[in-house]
Amino acid sequence: MALSAAERAMVRALWRKLGDNVGVYATEALERTFLAFPGTKTYFPHLDLSPGSAQVKAHGQKVADALTLAVDQLDDLPGALSFLSDLHAHKLRVDPANFQLLCHCLLVTLARHFPGDFSPAMQASLDKFLSRVTSTLASKYR
Amino acid sequence: MSLTKSERAIIMSIWDKIGMQAEAIGTETLDRLFSSFPQTKTYFPHFDLHPGSPQLRTHGSKVVAAVGDAVKNIDNIASALTKLSELHAYILRVDPVNFKLLSHCLLVTLAARFPSDFTAEVHAAWDKFMSILSSILTEKYR
Repeated sequence: MALSAAERAMVRALWRKLGDNVGVYATEALERTFLAFPGTKTYFPHLDLSPGSAQVKAHGQKVADALTLAVDQLDDLPGALSFLSDLHAHKLRVDPANFQLLCHCLLVTLARHFPGDFSPAMQASLDKFLSRVTSTLASKYR
Repeated sequence: MSLTKSERAIIMSIWDKIGMQAEAIGTETLDRLFSSFPQTKTYFPHFDLHPGSPQLRTHGSKVVAAVGDAVKNIDNIASALTKLSELHAYILRVDPVNFKLLSHCLLVTLAARFPSDFTAEVHAAWDKFMSILSSILTEKYR
């Protein structure tokens, strides 16, 4: 399930537009995930999950940084995300279904903020990109 | 899984805006579905699926109209959708997985068209509502 050249170009083009605000959007995606899918909160008993929480913002920034790294290293996601795949496999063990929920919320968030850029083709490219990232994160589970 | 009073109010609050763009929203939703998840096209061998095709527009309108029926009968969605539920169970037999994909694409479409209305609360309420619709449509499968 590799991304075609056109798909990579779309993802990179949108990421350039996101600029320094990837963290803001990732945070919004997390907030939407926690609200729409409360079961996901069980992975964060150690965080203050109330709206506007600084800890959720910090976590959003972490997620953002990982995604930005992935965009930069589309040719070698397993290599670039190796540390994160180990972390998820051996410590976090987030059920992969939850990655779909976060990805859904991230796409909704980006669609809200960049409606003019969010064509069906852009959505499909991003969906495929996120799919590759999440399978990399779950790749060492067993 | 039923809707709380405040969820019902939230769902109905943006319905008017959606209703006014029903055909466009339905068409865009299907466009996004077929772009991101090409396997869903297998249910429509009898259609011209090029973006903007008259058949897509008609079908998109039908889908949004059905959602509208559910909104107008939000206190008893199951009875409003009895015919559709039978249609899906005995004739269409759409694999339930696809309802999630369609719902996701509808929510992305709503987010892109109504960015300031599509708050996290509205998103969560509509996700739950679409989930309820999907279970009703698949409840007679077996």
